[in-house]
Amino acid sequence: MTIFNSSAWIVAPIIIPLIGGLLCFLWRRDTFFIALFISLANLLSVTTLLRQFLLFGPLRYRMGGWEAPLGIALRLHGPALLMLLMTAVSGIGITLYARGYFSFRISALKHNNRHEQQERFFWPLWLMLWTALNALFLSGDIFNLYVTLELVSVSAAALAALSGKPASQIAAFRYLLVSLLGSLSYLLGVVFVYKTYGILDLEMLRQIATPGPGLQMALTLMTLGLLLKTALFPLHFWLPPAHANALAPVSAILSGLVVKGSFFILFTLWFEIFASSITANALDLIGLLGAGAVIWGSLQAIRQQRLKLLVTYSTVAQLGYLFIAFPLTATENISQEVWTAVTFMVMAHSFAKTAMFMAAGTIFLQVGHDRIRDLAGIRKSLPITSFAYAIAGVNLIGLPPSGGFIGKWLLLTAALTSGQWHWSLVIIAGSLLASVYVFRVVSRLFLTPDEAIIQECRPHSPLQEWPALFLAIIALLLGLIAPYFSLILETTEIVANLAPGGGL
Amino acid sequence: MTWQGWLLICILLSSFLPGVIIFSLPEDKYRFRTSLNICGAVIKIIFILIMNVGIYYGHSFELRLPLIQGMELILNADPLSALFTTLSSVLWLLTTIYAVGYLEDSPNRSHFFGYFSLCVTVTIGIALAGNLLTFLLFYEMLTMTTYPLIIHRGTPQALRAGRNYLIYTMSGGAVFLFAIVWLQSITGPLDFSAAGFSPRLLDTHRTALIFIFILLIAGVGVKGALVPLHGWLPQAMVAPAPVSALLHAVAVVKAGAFGIIRIILYVYGIDNISSLHLYSFLIAISSVTIIWGSIRALQQNDLKRLLAFSTVSQISYITLGMSMADQPLAIIGGLVHLVHQGLMKITLFFCAGNLAETLGIHKISEMKGVARRMPLTMTAFTIGALGMIGIPPTVGFVSKWYLGLGALALGNWWVLLILAVSSLLNAGYFLPIIITAWFGKQEAHWPEERRFNRFETRLMLLLPPLFTAFVVIAAGIIANAEISPLAWVKFIIREYGL
Amino acid sequence: MLTNNLYNLCGLLLFGMGLFALFACSHLLRKILAVNIMSSGVFLVLIATAYRPLGAGEIDPVPHAMVLTGIVVSVSVTALALILACRVQETSNHSLSQSERNTNDGDSEE
Repeated sequence: MTIFNSSAWIVAPIIIPLIGGLLCFLWRRDTFFIALFISLANLLSVTTLLRQFLLFGPLRYRMGGWEAPLGIALRLHGPALLMLLMTAVSGIGITLYARGYFSFRISALKHNNRHEQQERFFWPLWLMLWTALNALFLSGDIFNLYVTLELVSVSAAALAALSGKPASQIAAFRYLLVSLLGSLSYLLGVVFVYKTYGILDLEMLRQIATPGPGLQMALTLMTLGLLLKTALFPLHFWLPPAHANALAPVSAILSGLVVKGSFFILFTLWFEIFASSITANALDLIGLLGAGAVIWGSLQAIRQQRLKLLVTYSTVAQLGYLFIAFPLTATENISQEVWTAVTFMVMAHSFAKTAMFMAAGTIFLQVGHDRIRDLAGIRKSLPITSFAYAIAGVNLIGLPPSGGFIGKWLLLTAALTSGQWHWSLVIIAGSLLASVYVFRVVSRLFLTPDEAIIQECRPHSPLQEWPALFLAIIALLLGLIAPYFSLILETTEIVANLAPGGGL
Repeated sequence: MTWQGWLLICILLSSFLPGVIIFSLPEDKYRFRTSLNICGAVIKIIFILIMNVGIYYGHSFELRLPLIQGMELILNADPLSALFTTLSSVLWLLTTIYAVGYLEDSPNRSHFFGYFSLCVTVTIGIALAGNLLTFLLFYEMLTMTTYPLIIHRGTPQALRAGRNYLIYTMSGGAVFLFAIVWLQSITGPLDFSAAGFSPRLLDTHRTALIFIFILLIAGVGVKGALVPLHGWLPQAMVAPAPVSALLHAVAVVKAGAFGIIRIILYVYGIDNISSLHLYSFLIAISSVTIIWGSIRALQQNDLKRLLAFSTVSQISYITLGMSMADQPLAIIGGLVHLVHQGLMKITLFFCAGNLAETLGIHKISEMKGVARRMPLTMTAFTIGALGMIGIPPTVGFVSKWYLGLGALALGNWWVLLILAVSSLLNAGYFLPIIITAWFGKQEAHWPEERRFNRFETRLMLLLPPLFTAFVVIAAGIIANAEISPLAWVKFIIREYGL
Repeated sequence: MLTNNLYNLCGLLLFGMGLFALFACSHLLRKILAVNIMSSGVFLVLIATAYRPLGAGEIDPVPHAMVLTGIVVSVSVTALALILACRVQETSNHSLSQSERNTNDGDSEE
């Protein structure tokens, strides 16, 4: 079993999708099977990493044996591992769903060529995006984080433009520009960090970072850039058009995974690397914006007439919760719980939102529109999809035992034990608003329709329905496997600091 | 895991699995679905009886699933859980039989029975919950599983009722969640087995604890239909009759009342409530609910709406009993009413359903002389109604007797007055119905008459109310026997340590 | 030290100009150029940090590596942005200048 103990495995989640992406690009046939194989291989590599993590604790790896700052350092700590797992599981679901989605479009709709072309470009782009996300989670220095951020932006923007409709082209263009702006702002921040400390490695920065004007400037720039990319209210303006106009699997990827990447960096910077330099005012400000996002996003979602836009605005709202967690970390003894809460909310939202977009996409394809008003009784023809939507909705509301519930419970506990009442009220209000926008749709879907309205159901493959249900149920049961997650999150001590002699 | 733990899981699975299977069944598998349903219900009752015997002989039934620091899911069967599970499972069996008959040729039955089974699973979960987190888990799931049943008919009216139900219950759930988290941030994790938190906390967190109590009661009071949180209940009457029976007697309202009992006896503990001076708050709110529900019932012409308001009033006897919790006799009255109200109310709803299904009667004004057409149904109805008024030897009398004794022992004349007035009001709205039905003269044709050979209505619709009506009298007569609900309630009180 | 600061200031000024242009210009090509100017600004600041007397006459090689990487990224991103801009023009028949309207209709699929 020694082969499974090699610390070089940490590179596998980056290399495997990369190879897959290139193969898909060059091969052009059987791309789905390549992607499926890659998804499974990626899951295997992440599981191996999980095993190593449980045996040896957090890992560090220097690519090619080069030392920092020129070498590229990778590191695997608890949150990163969970993000990798999340991406691996969601990724399998997305891969399966995308196959069902494209084959349905190719077989059932006009313009076959266009859809075939879309599918051909989808696979390499999706695997490249996956590569970039895995690299982002594993990156151990702040400049590499910039590179991975850009890789994510490029592949995400290309995916967003895939549908070929004018609206989606424009949205994708704007999405790309906003991403670039965010990345550049982040890069400028990195420059300031380098000016101040001459170091890029995250672990070393954590040890030597002290509050100062240079760091302040750097943090502000990086934070602004990352907030823009994470679409925190009021910087969310670009998100609804980009996510709502994309193809359904792409929307699922963008909402479920991509925004989590930049949030992950932000959270790492604020609470791990530069924790000592964060002021209470900054935390409160972020929390306030988060509260604004929860309220504004939910109200917008309630107002929408179209399913995909509703789901998109709910993303804006749900991202707000992640930021409400910021001011709650201010109290010393509960910050660990807030970490756990945020991880849960990120994972639950990722699974649930992916499932929700898949369900919305299937409904769109079957019915031909997504006007919420006219969706009565879809349950009759698409029972599995409707259930998936409902279960994902339960997650967004945060009803037990979903992962979202665990997150909200922990946040509420943190807010109440630290005496920060106002945040708890926002959390509760957000849940209620979420139940309004979720049930607005669910009550339509589950309506018992008159025989006349029942939609003719075109034949479709199970791949269009089951992945969504599968992900939604994972999100729902996330709460029940919570002990394992806290185990992973609480393993912080670096047991093995292995630098291999040779390279890979 | 011990056999006790497995038994708890089996109790939950015995209705969960049939529910899931039923969802996937095609609509026309009528026979398989029905037998699956009934088998599940019977198996559940057998498991629960085994559990009851175990509890009686002092076995402890517990299952713990730690989630993360400070969060644990606990299933724990104590005598009180046994009371509620037995009630729910028996009434569920009857309601299932009734529903099979009632929905014989209506569409979407697999959908309906699927949720029906999930709903009872969740209710049993509420009964078995061993701490507030687990209670909340099932309490919210109850909302999710009952909502599709309420909007089952899909009419605009049903949708409106469903929306209101959601507004009330989701808000209630949010308040409840908030209160639980707040409480636990003060007291730390609480198990129901502890029967109340440490009184030392009262010195430091007095005001907060009073607020939390009010929030908790408001949270469960939505489902328990405490005035002014009862608005959803009369509207939800648009649902089919078995669903109404389920809402009123088996699951939702009962879950609310059960939550109130849990909070008072097992979360706060009777001593803490008495030192926080919260009993007068409880007495006030339950008295208002009792009187208001009865007055509104007096004004109704629609039979099901009348029954709904009568539920609002009757369910609050349980709260009334709890609000005199420093007197064991009053607690006995309140707890036993949990069972008694369920039996009486389900009888009434079955009968109302029969009238609607067989003759198309929905209004009281249409009931003139109906007893001659449907004598058995109206006999059952009369027994249920007399029980509601509290006439011996029905079970309703037993509950009121103990409540009255408790109030007397406390010297609380005001409560006695409330009991008397409410009985009068009950008589005021039930007696006219009984008199019209038996002695009125049929004026016009029944709105939509359907004929069934041999019996006045379908046999599956007739047997359940007759059975429950029989129990309403029988349990009243043998109230002092070893196996009556009253005896079990006394066992609960002994175990609780009073 | 003065030269160094001058470079820094110039870099920041470029970044600011680009930022302004990004929001002020509605023409897609100008927006792409604005982003390019911004990145040039950042690279300028980054290169200026290389002049840091580590020892006698030594120059820090790390910023060079970073700028090289950054240029590669910037070139490829610009290429993608240009393609997208062309596509916007082709598919929507819509002159490059009026890009900001009608993006919010959510009606993307068949």
